[in-house]
Amino acid sequence: MEILLNNRKESIDKDEISLAELIQIKNFTFKLLVTKINGALVRKDERAEAPVRDGDEVNILHMISGG
Amino acid sequence: MTIEEIRQRLKNKTVGIAGCGGLGSNCAIALARTGIGRLVLADYDKVKPSNLNRQYFFRDQLGMFKANALRDNIREIDDSVSVETHVISLDPSTILELFADCDVIVEAFDIDTAKQMIIETVLADMPEKYIISGQGLAGYGNNEGITTKRLEKLFIVGDGETEVSDSEPPLGPRVAVVANMQANLVLEILLNDD
Repeated sequence: MEILLNNRKESIDKDEISLAELIQIKNFTFKLLVTKINGALVRKDERAEAPVRDGDEVNILHMISGG
Repeated sequence: MTIEEIRQRLKNKTVGIAGCGGLGSNCAIALARTGIGRLVLADYDKVKPSNLNRQYFFRDQLGMFKANALRDNIREIDDSVSVETHVISLDPSTILELFADCDVIVEAFDIDTAKQMIIETVLADMPEKYIISGQGLAGYGNNEGITTKRLEKLFIVGDGETEVSDSEPPLGPRVAVVANMQANLVLEILLNDD
């Protein structure tokens, strides 16, 4: 399937994966993230159950200490 | 737009500042200088000596609550800015309550967990609100690495990668660059609004 991850096209070798799996596959290393699928917020404890499918738009944002 | 037109438009606008440290204090001062009508400042902490390398406070304010010290400094610049201060550690319910009438919210926290909390709260419960977050401002140099990214009404300003640490401390110039970019974005949103 093809998805849009942080505004970039990505090919994933599966028809559907969970958002938690996507985060692992793509190796997002910061421990704190804000995630959205198709504009809707997905909180941390919902990521294992949140499906990512062909054509979905996924945003994964790092939270970075400092201010 | 002339400066008079800009000030006229900003007079009726309210901006919420979540955290009055390096980002929040510098951002609030820049907005006050431009003629913002009203600021809602929230911070639980007091001014410490280690803050003075980057935060808009002075030696004689050490020990004061940051929200109150910042209000005093804004008044020294322009006493027509209406400033509401809250000495509080913000949580989802107080964010909804205190920032309900703000046109834009500036995320100016230090700690990553707090940044996540306010962004998730605003996205989930105040989806109509603009929020401008600062992410990645440690160290020095790399001007060209600091950018603005937009995701609907959420804006992320910063380099997106440098985390504050002992070897990469927050320093005046880079923190103030990000804070002033947040303020600049507030103006863009508010002045293009009507």
